[in-house]
Amino acid sequence: MSEREVLELLRENARYSAADIARMTDLDEAEVEAAIDELEAAGVVQGYQAVVDWDELEDERVRAEVELNVRLDRETGYADIAERLARFPEVTALRLVSGDYDFDMEVEGDSIREVSQFISEKVAPVPEITQTVTHYVMTSYKENGIEFGDGDDDDRLSVSP
Amino acid sequence: MTFELADRVQTVPPSGIRRFFEIAEERDDVISLGVGEPDFATPWAARDAAIASLEQGKTSYTANRGKRELRDAIADYVADRFDLGYDPGEEIIVTAGASEAVDLAFRAFVDPGDTVAIAQPSYISYEPGVIFAGGDVLPVPTKEDDDFRLTVDALEEAGAQDADVLVLCYPNNPTGAIMREADLEPIAEFVREHDQIVLSDEIYAELTYEGEHTSIATFEGMRERTIVFNGFSKAHAMTGLRLGYALGPADAIHAMNKIHQYAMLSAPTTAQHAALEALDSCEDDVREMVSQYDRRRQFVLSRFREIGMDVFEAKGAFYCFPEVPDGFTAEEFAEAVLHEQGVAVVPGDVFGAGGEGHLRVSYATGLQDLREAMNRLEAFVAAHG
Ligand SMILES: Cc1ncc(COP(=O)(O)O)c(C=O)c1O
Repeated sequence: MSEREVLELLRENARYSAADIARMTDLDEAEVEAAIDELEAAGVVQGYQAVVDWDELEDERVRAEVELNVRLDRETGYADIAERLARFPEVTALRLVSGDYDFDMEVEGDSIREVSQFISEKVAPVPEITQTVTHYVMTSYKENGIEFGDGDDDDRLSVSP
Repeated sequence: MTFELADRVQTVPPSGIRRFFEIAEERDDVISLGVGEPDFATPWAARDAAIASLEQGKTSYTANRGKRELRDAIADYVADRFDLGYDPGEEIIVTAGASEAVDLAFRAFVDPGDTVAIAQPSYISYEPGVIFAGGDVLPVPTKEDDDFRLTVDALEEAGAQDADVLVLCYPNNPTGAIMREADLEPIAEFVREHDQIVLSDEIYAELTYEGEHTSIATFEGMRERTIVFNGFSKAHAMTGLRLGYALGPADAIHAMNKIHQYAMLSAPTTAQHAALEALDSCEDDVREMVSQYDRRRQFVLSRFREIGMDVFEAKGAFYCFPEVPDGFTAEEFAEAVLHEQGVAVVPGDVFGAGGEGHLRVSYATGLQDLREAMNRLEAFVAAHG
């Protein structure tokens, strides 16, 4: 149960220190560290990353959502195709989904050209892939539960009864 | 010409909070732990309902006592959450904030010369409210040794046996104190014995962090002599929408409504639509906000102990009430820490008897800011240690 609580707090902000988490819960610092170790060892926590609003940066960053349709055969299952695609560093997320297509793939690159080339030269030729539909991300409003904005909209009176 | 002001108004001194507000507003690097309202926006579903009601042109007055559906929803809610049974037809009135309801009660039940005992430290509106109604205030200080709970000893020491009305506020602003069933039982007995009216401001009821809130109106023989105040400002983060309510016996609510129908006509209609939705579908939002406050509460209490400032284990509202270190009055400390470190807190004296030597620290602020503010407080205490 304590692991669950620690996980919740890390999901809120992965930069909370073990000491801070201990202050917010009934756990002490060593218990928090042990819980984090356990979560990592069990593969529950797979990594920690910053949530970035690329629009706030000068450098262009191109992202695309790609719908993939595949045809399976006796030797090749979803997992085999996924494994092959996930190895490309350009692929930042890959999920098997229900609905009109099979995989939902997120791709990142420095330019539209780079991303397009990656899809046409590396993804489309994979024999099991029958169709790709690429959607370039134009603006992101919310990622990982964090709403993008200047965040400074506290208009409360600074001292109130 | 100069306006002749009424004596009642002149006797009430300016609010002690005002001065700190002015200093804090002058600087832009201040982290404020002086805020008495949630840092969350109203749950989106409630805001959306308010918008929809405006789009549909629902902008007329409502019944004086509030929309019937809303009173029905309030009756269900208080029954479910706090075991309080009130008839939505006769025993509930919806007001422009709990503030209005409190004011109505003073005006409806206090005659000139009546004594109103107020358990303090407490929310700053009660005392002026009593004075505006022509009553006499009897402060009843609570003590840190009792975790700022009201006791019969404190009532007797203050001479509250002769009071006509007793005002309670638990979970408490500014201390964060709560009163459990066992703590309330002897108070209920005292009040029955001396045949008093109780005005119980329970606006922070949902913000009770260990166990569940108990209302004094649930004790035997108390319902008939108690008015319970609650509202949407705190638990539902709706301060600016201005919506609260009072629960009480039919004749008492009728008397309050008599004033309300002339003074206010009806509570804000748009806010009533938001409130209905808040009760209907925002329970999860409330739970989530409460769990956030609870984490911050534990964080802030831990930090005060690490800093070496004494603080009792506040279990309600979104305040804690640490002791000022030796060598300062509360006011001196609050002023110095604001000037030197840019952290705003409110000196406890502002909230009446028993508050001296303490600070009200609000944790209705994001953890990032709380962390920084506590670091600054630590630096301040170290520099003056
Ligand atoms: C104890 C207490 N009662 C009442 C109020 C006022 O609430 P409302 O916004 O419903 O008028 C406050 C606000 O700070 C409060 O702390």
